[in-house]
Amino acid sequence: MAKYAFFLGCIAPLRYPGVEKSTRVVCERLGIELVELDDASCCPAPGVIRAFSRTTWLAAAARNLALAEKMGLPILTICNGCYGSLFEAAHELNHNPEMLAKVNEVLAKIGMHYNGTTKVHHFAEVFYNEVGVEKIKAACTNPLNYGIATFYGCHFLKPGDVKDIDDPEDPKILDELVEATGCKSLPRKQKTLCCGSGGGLKAAFGDVAKEFTKTNLENIQASGAQFIVDVCPFCHLQFDSTQDALGFNIPVLHLSQLYGIAMGMSEEELGLSAHKVPVKL
Amino acid sequence: MEVRYDPEFEKQLAELGGADAKLCFQCGTCTASCPSGRRTSYRVRKLVRMAQLDMKEEIISNDELWMCSTCYTCVERCPRRVPIVDVIIALRNMAVADGHIKAAHKKTAENLYTMGHSVPINDDIKNMRKALGLPEVPPTVLSNQKAYEDLKVILDAAGFNEIVE
Repeated sequence: MAKYAFFLGCIAPLRYPGVEKSTRVVCERLGIELVELDDASCCPAPGVIRAFSRTTWLAAAARNLALAEKMGLPILTICNGCYGSLFEAAHELNHNPEMLAKVNEVLAKIGMHYNGTTKVHHFAEVFYNEVGVEKIKAACTNPLNYGIATFYGCHFLKPGDVKDIDDPEDPKILDELVEATGCKSLPRKQKTLCCGSGGGLKAAFGDVAKEFTKTNLENIQASGAQFIVDVCPFCHLQFDSTQDALGFNIPVLHLSQLYGIAMGMSEEELGLSAHKVPVKL
Repeated sequence: MEVRYDPEFEKQLAELGGADAKLCFQCGTCTASCPSGRRTSYRVRKLVRMAQLDMKEEIISNDELWMCSTCYTCVERCPRRVPIVDVIIALRNMAVADGHIKAAHKKTAENLYTMGHSVPINDDIKNMRKALGLPEVPPTVLSNQKAYEDLKVILDAAGFNEIVE
């Protein structure tokens, strides 16, 4: 059985706990064992914290990586932001001995040490590569028949040369993962356009961020999709929280929630009451 | 125009991970691909050129530096393989060190500093977590004061307290 240290992040446990719950249930059904990564913090947020101070960002990320290393487990993330942040920090520290030494000087202050061995994974990548679409199909005891707009976000696949999961400009993996439930992934324009919330843009220039979201929503609406399915609680928050103001009403599901529905979880268990755009199944 | 040469800026940019800005030959693929540039006055090609010309003050005092959503589309398409987002992050680090900080960003940084997370927990979320059969407070630094104190030591060691205070 595949075993991972479960990295919660911030937005899932503290804004959409249904995403956390669905992930736990779905992973169990798919034979993935999640072990609590006790005492972890924010990844920290790549858009703001890394932009403030790369050194601080790296040191705080190293603490999270060291916690998992001590458990001897790779990290599983359920958010593109956490994935991007921890993956990039691990990529740097695991390949740059000089920077690793610098960071270890800081970790020594709290009696910790990072050897540079932790691997960081995105849950959708694990679902696709480790579990596989056929096994997921078999686990979907309640097959669905919705038209879906898949939303990859940015930091799941990009930068493509280091992530190497799928073609970032013309990805297929999430579409296949969604169609494993019986749903149909519908084609649309500008499928890989950013949701707008990353890089601190949402916080500093919320109206600009919303312009990104609006274009996405127009393209999604035109595709005829009934649901938006994302793999990132931050994209999820952006789509869910702006639609009222932008005049749209397309419910948003995290992939783990879509799987939860297809595996027979109840609406209560999926935590849909946290969603601002009502989700009617 | 006066040609500027600021070796200190170039050294700093390199240390912060932006050395490859010099590889840019100004084709403009980045700006043509940039979703922010389509919606604002932000021009990533111009920003990289300004970095090549050591125009530190003009860069760090300009709001446009904060209009990148770090979507990496430019990085995917750059024919010179310039890690453009890394360059922007390096320039933002310099801007913050010189006191150019957006209030909303400071708030996120403060959240990390005071709670270990970028957003706060509240009673609604606690109740919702409980109803879902999850621990009311997630098993992160929020559940362990010692772990939070450890994180704070790390943030202080890197001088983060000076940024958020």
